[in-house]
Amino acid sequence: MPIVTDSGFVFADETDALLSLDAMLSGGGDPAGGLEIANDTDPRDLVPHFEAVGLIAVTFPNFADGRGFSLARRLRALGYKGRLRAKGHVISDQYPMARACGFDEVEIDETLAARQPEQHWLAVATRSGHALQARA
Amino acid sequence: MYRYDEFDDRFVRERVASFRSQVERRLSGALTEDEFKPLRLQNGLYLQLHAYMLRVAIPYGTLNSPQMLQLAMIAERWDKGYGHFTTRQNIQFNWPKLQDVPAILEALADVGMHAIQTSGNCIRNVTADHFAGAAADEIEDPRPTAEILRQWSSGHPEFAFLPRKFKIAVTGSPNDRAVTKAHDIGLRMVRNAAGEPGYEVIVGGGLGRTPMIGKVIREFLPKADLLAYLESVLRVYNLYGRRDNKYKARIKILVHESKLETIRAEVEAEFERLMAEEAGPTRALSAAEVARIEAYFAPPAFDDLPDSDAGLEAALAADQDFRAWVKTNIVAHRQSGYRIVTVSIKPIGKAPGDASADQMRALADIAERYSLGELRVSHEQNIVLPHVRAADLPEVFACLQKADLATANIGLITDIIACPGMDYCALATARSIPVAQDIANHFNSPALAAEIGKLQIKISGCINACGHHHVGHIGILGLEKGGIESYQITLGGDATETTAIGERAGPGFAYDEVVPAVRRLVDAYLALRTDANETFLQTYRRLGAAPFKAALYPADIGGSGSGAGGGWPKAKAGPSLSASAQVQQAAHSQYVFYHF
Amino acid sequence: MSKTPALQVVTANDLLNGDVVFLSSGGCWRRELQHATLVRTSGDADFLMAQAAQHEAYVVGPYLAEVTQDDAGRLEPVHYRERIRTLGPSNRPDLGRQAEGLAEVAHVPL
Ligand code: SF4
Repeated sequence: MPIVTDSGFVFADETDALLSLDAMLSGGGDPAGGLEIANDTDPRDLVPHFEAVGLIAVTFPNFADGRGFSLARRLRALGYKGRLRAKGHVISDQYPMARACGFDEVEIDETLAARQPEQHWLAVATRSGHALQARA
Repeated sequence: MYRYDEFDDRFVRERVASFRSQVERRLSGALTEDEFKPLRLQNGLYLQLHAYMLRVAIPYGTLNSPQMLQLAMIAERWDKGYGHFTTRQNIQFNWPKLQDVPAILEALADVGMHAIQTSGNCIRNVTADHFAGAAADEIEDPRPTAEILRQWSSGHPEFAFLPRKFKIAVTGSPNDRAVTKAHDIGLRMVRNAAGEPGYEVIVGGGLGRTPMIGKVIREFLPKADLLAYLESVLRVYNLYGRRDNKYKARIKILVHESKLETIRAEVEAEFERLMAEEAGPTRALSAAEVARIEAYFAPPAFDDLPDSDAGLEAALAADQDFRAWVKTNIVAHRQSGYRIVTVSIKPIGKAPGDASADQMRALADIAERYSLGELRVSHEQNIVLPHVRAADLPEVFACLQKADLATANIGLITDIIACPGMDYCALATARSIPVAQDIANHFNSPALAAEIGKLQIKISGCINACGHHHVGHIGILGLEKGGIESYQITLGGDATETTAIGERAGPGFAYDEVVPAVRRLVDAYLALRTDANETFLQTYRRLGAAPFKAALYPADIGGSGSGAGGGWPKAKAGPSLSASAQVQQAAHSQYVFYHF
Repeated sequence: MSKTPALQVVTANDLLNGDVVFLSSGGCWRRELQHATLVRTSGDADFLMAQAAQHEAYVVGPYLAEVTQDDAGRLEPVHYRERIRTLGPSNRPDLGRQAEGLAEVAHVPL
């Protein structure tokens, strides 16, 4: 699965090793390898685990469901400083939004990567897209 | 007026480039139609019945002469020579081609305009009082706030994929001309006990399928906290708003289902977190930033003038048409010697809100010469010239007459709000423009319209209520019943600070039954009012719906014109037969009296 | 004049210019309703809709619309929405397909 970063696609196999929230809360594994959460997760439940978690991946079931953006902002507001990934149906046009909301990277599947290759993502990677923030 | 600085300019140019690339990627297949659709919507581009439609933002309804000229140019070069001013203070072009849209957006950017977020599930173009900066009753100018919100919401990375659209309106006057209680968020500029400026925040209003009047979520919000507070509301909505059913996805349903108290607590908690954040994207608005924006809206250089003018008085005495126009289309200005002119975009029998490129150019020219270069679009689909010298009114009237824009009907029965309806809109269930045209043609006698006085008819072509039918004194909603158009009438709606949702009168009417039905209502009102000073709405409030329903559904008419209506529900007798008969009698005499 | 019931055509909007188009023989999209391929069975409907779904590069939002056919073979939309779509705005005969002489049907008094 390609992971999109500011410098392009990275291919990693760690992506299968993500722990589910239930598994972590029931002590069923080490979250150091990463945690995957749904976009309706209450981030307050995660606060005690922030230090132990190596990566949080927020799933995007559909690109038009924008809850993940607010969840990312909340996780950052609650003090999460680790790696934050948007995973699933995120389209290249949303990359700057994901970054501005606190995500570090985006994980997409092969089909989407074939349709929206690396250069599409790189083309928008540095866009701020927000006049007020640019001015501030 | 606000002028784009380098940041705004760079932002809109970047958006044009993005959209150009999105169109290319849609054509190449990199973007599916499902993916492209929200992106084009967020750039104002719809696909309607016959063609694409581009909705251009006119932030808080304010534009200058060069901008109006550019709209005329766009209408002629890329569309079919006209545009449609909407109830959200925007303008729509009905026939652009997909490949031309990037060029149109570029042309808009050239004059400091855009089409960003005029559609889609995002924060829409912010609306405000169209008399802002000119109204005699204004406490504070709402435009700096609206401009701050435009900049904050445009391209906001967190709120581009909300459960549903989100509309914000701002008013700075006690007389609410911005319908703030029918918006997702309404802001009323107020002062607290200490005299500090701030906002009353209203949340969860809206029309559409489930009309609701907004509720006060924060009685006083200090000015500096505006963005952090709105960001909190939006975040709570984005996370908890329903996404399982688009008819239940607006914030009004969240507020209704979760209770205002719960939402208020969530918002306040989020707000506290945001304010505690060290360097999040939202900081408290700095006084310097507010001052920078406010400076753009400093009052223009008005001349020191006496309030009355001899030439004006002479023209009033000499010209009856002019007198009628001044009576309906002019209101007081805060500055002595000036007036606010509302130009009716409702010539009798024409599509409400449609203006030709020539008319747009005429308006731009008149504004340049007589209104300090400024124009406004009202949510009633008219154009406002905010700063006209009283002495110039006769000349302005003459210029407007030449452009077929001098109809003297503001606030009257022929000043009808109508959404595009089935003649253009892909979501429509029935037509609305021809209904408006028929009603206006029927009441085309200026004397009769003047006799009837203040009466707002508002027509929507489907339950989405873009024509604000719920808040019309007479509201008309076009639906489909058994394969034909059926029009439901609501009564007693009110769009002002005394907002009220109209009451459904009864069974629907076939297309050609609508004008007679409105006629019966008007006749009933004329017969029932205490005197000519009592408006339709006042009479309705004094007597309630019963006599009006009786007039709408008289026993012996029993679904007039239902021959065309096939399986139309037969109109029922009104609640009181004798009242009904009485009204009919009175209505009849009125009819004879006015013979037209 | 007798009309056949419940015939359908596949219609959509052209991706590039938004114009109303109808799926016609050989999988072409044409602007004239009279050239539309008639759907008489649910099998036809499935086949043509599947074909239309392959055409995302050319058209947007294909769907089935009901028409009637008179003795002379002329097609007419059943629903007033489709009639307006086929013609153009009912209040502006100078605009849309009706203005180009492309209108093979008339606005009925609705
Ligand atoms: S009210 Fe309905 S028909 Fe009218 S413009 Fe809105 S969506 Fe279209």
